Amino acid sequence: MSHLSLDVAHLFAGSLVLVSFMLLYQDRMFGLLNIFALHAFVVSLSVAWQAYIQFAPHLYITAAIALMVKAIIIPVALHNIIVRLGIHRTIDTVGSIGTTMLAGIMLVALSIMVMLPITAEAGTLTREDLAFSLSVILLGLLMMISRRNAVSQVIGFMSIENGLILAATAAKGMPLVVEISVAFSILVALIVIGIFLFRIRERFDTMDVHALQRFRGGHP
Amino acid sequence: MALTVLLSCIGVLLATGIVAVAGAGWKGLASNLVYAAALAAGAVMLSVGLSALAAAPSGAETLDLPVGLPWLGAHFRLDALSAFFLVVVNLGGFTASLYGLGYGNREESPGRVLPFFPAFLAGMNLVVLADDAFTFLLSWEFMSLASWALVMAHHRVHDNARAGYIYLLMASFGTLALLLAFGLLAGPAGGYAFSAIRAAPPSAGLAAAVLALALLGAGSKAGLVPLHVWLPLAHPAAPSHVSALMSGVMTKVAVYGFVRLVFDLAGPPDWWWGALVLLLGGASAVLGVLYALMQHDLKRLLAYHTVENIGIIFIGLGLALAFRANGMGLAAALALTAALLHVFNHSLFKSLLFLGAGAVLGATGERDMERLGGLIRRMPLTAIAFLAGSAAISALPPFNGFVSEWLTFQAILVSPKLPQWLLKFLVPAVGATLALSAALAAGCFVKAFGATFLGRPRGAAAQQAHETDRASLAAMFVLVALCLLAGLVPGVFIDALAPVGQQLLGARLAPQGQFAWFTIVPIEDSRSSYNGLLLIVFIALGAWLAAAVIHRWASHALRRAPAWDCGFPDASPATQYTAGSFAQPIRRVFGSLVFRAYERVSMPAPGRTEPARFHLRLRDLVWDTFYAPVQGIVDFGADHLNKVQTWTIRAYLSLVFGTVVALLMVLAIWH
Repeated sequence: MSHLSLDVAHLFAGSLVLVSFMLLYQDRMFGLLNIFALHAFVVSLSVAWQAYIQFAPHLYITAAIALMVKAIIIPVALHNIIVRLGIHRTIDTVGSIGTTMLAGIMLVALSIMVMLPITAEAGTLTREDLAFSLSVILLGLLMMISRRNAVSQVIGFMSIENGLILAATAAKGMPLVVEISVAFSILVALIVIGIFLFRIRERFDTMDVHALQRFRGGHP
Repeated sequence: MALTVLLSCIGVLLATGIVAVAGAGWKGLASNLVYAAALAAGAVMLSVGLSALAAAPSGAETLDLPVGLPWLGAHFRLDALSAFFLVVVNLGGFTASLYGLGYGNREESPGRVLPFFPAFLAGMNLVVLADDAFTFLLSWEFMSLASWALVMAHHRVHDNARAGYIYLLMASFGTLALLLAFGLLAGPAGGYAFSAIRAAPPSAGLAAAVLALALLGAGSKAGLVPLHVWLPLAHPAAPSHVSALMSGVMTKVAVYGFVRLVFDLAGPPDWWWGALVLLLGGASAVLGVLYALMQHDLKRLLAYHTVENIGIIFIGLGLALAFRANGMGLAAALALTAALLHVFNHSLFKSLLFLGAGAVLGATGERDMERLGGLIRRMPLTAIAFLAGSAAISALPPFNGFVSEWLTFQAILVSPKLPQWLLKFLVPAVGATLALSAALAAGCFVKAFGATFLGRPRGAAAQQAHETDRASLAAMFVLVALCLLAGLVPGVFIDALAPVGQQLLGARLAPQGQFAWFTIVPIEDSRSSYNGLLLIVFIALGAWLAAAVIHRWASHALRRAPAWDCGFPDASPATQYTAGSFAQPIRRVFGSLVFRAYERVSMPAPGRTEPARFHLRLRDLVWDTFYAPVQGIVDFGADHLNKVQTWTIRAYLSLVFGTVVALLMVLAIWH
């Protein structure tokens, strides 16, 4: 494999981690959506590049699905939901952005420390991509737990899914069927979560998941 | 061929259980059908087992069925060891079914007993036939669950539900230990068939772990101290013929599991294995009988005696391990024979005693000895059978209990030849505890028989008791006859056990058939011998002579005196010597140490009319030491984990996140 193809793949994977960090510090709703669209765009670029260098044309379909669904349909849909609910100003984070970013940096370091030694016999491309995708997954998890707002949790969840796609395409030979089913499951999840958001809103007049706690009889 | 017959009998038993579910509505018919089927299957399997044991040296018969795990199948094997235990299981199953034919008509909730009784028998038979770990564990768990269902048959009776719960916990724990033991034996390659395990015996360290796990797993099922806590709760809770099966037979299946694991699969033993098993056996023997002495509940007393007898069996097994580790084949064969003969004997007399207790329970509705008494006049045949069982369990000649305990002592007497100093000191000490427990057991059965059958009735129920039905009596007298037979001609039984020793140890005792008049001489150079026939002639002659002398020379002068004037001229039966009073001296001796006994007498002030009261509180040291802390930890944990139920979604996510990160860190540091 030529150095150039490796470097480009590396560039895309690295950018994905970078965009994940952007998700982490973005505290405005529309900004968050735009960055998520960027996230999905970078993933689809990365997948397309993998399709090119692995001579695996079915990955182009994967890339197209990622682009269509996650970079366009889902952000637009979420955009509509936000507008209709009128919640575009309400994002509150747990803890300051700075500490969250520091934690994110440590997570990236951790995933590199874990992945590089245990994949010693795999190819360079796979190793790097696995390390980056683990970082993206961990950052997505971090985002889910550092936001109180349900919409940003949804976005965190879907960025995790992007990380999974990155890992799967790098590992060579993930069947298209699996990818399609994953894409559809994400779409279904979006629908369910969308309905769920409206229900929360109807019941509690807020998008803060903390409000659910009161309903369950705990102490918020 | 034999295995095909056995497995079809087991199939018949299982089918009977299923039919019983449907037919539980027709009470009398269903019960007769189930017990008759169990009786027939038991008789067939008993004869197959006997013939297999007789033909055993010619090798084992195996059979593989394509059921169970796809890459393993189900392996069955009939060798000398399983043939012997097959005999024990089916003899117990046969007599229990015979008893059931009579008892079944009195059962209040047949729907809760009939389906599980044949299933329980099938489970026990499958355990002794299993030849791979999966089949073994499956049958073991099936046996446990079926017996649990039987324990819970009368679940509305006070404390039965708790007994069932504790039994279930301990049974799961035991199966877990066995699962781990088989996992270690099978190794990373996963050779779960016993033949594969035999072909690749574990290393010394692994074998020691297997021993410990076998002690935990099989020991908890058998009732070794300190794992016995469930046994005196669960065994009495079941219907009496099931109690007889559980105490007389299921504990023996546990012994089979231990022998199979440690003698057959775990490879050559180390000498300290014997020491460990001896210690546990000695502790069980003494503690079992001490607990039994404190009991006034007839069935619970019998259950504690099971703990004692399991202790005696494990003393024999421990000796066999110690001798085997030192290459003393003949002594090992002697100890193993003693242990296995005691397995057989205990299954006989413990079944007999539980059936007798069941007859008493059926006739009076009472298990508390303090409310029984005088039953020898109302139920003379049951009393004779119970007396025979009591004499057998107290190791009195000419019954069978004496023979196996005598053999155990013979094995103990060989122990000075052992090279290890620890064993040289330990074995005589264990011998002393064995002697102590034998003596205490005799005392305990004087109490049990005396308080239940002698004296005058202490309650209305005991006054109006009637002799039990014929089928139950037949079951009891079959067992009495076998107890007597095994005591009179023990040589036949010892010779029948020889193939087992040959299989497990490669050594056997000298054939006892060569000695005249059924004498047994287990070790020829020590020249100690026992002859049951001679002894019974001596006992008969002595008794006849004593009776003749008394009748001939005792004073002919007629004297009239108040009956029983020594203590209670008052007519109230409450003034009799009670079971509690009988046990009191023993309680004084051991009570403060073993039971933390606390006695208090509160006397009313002069002039007050309330009665004086005697308070007695006993604590179970084993429960306090081993189980109460565990219970405390579980309760504490459950209380605090309760809070997790009302966490927020974000907190759950954080928990997942934290766990993932922590695991990744472990992974990162590991490399």
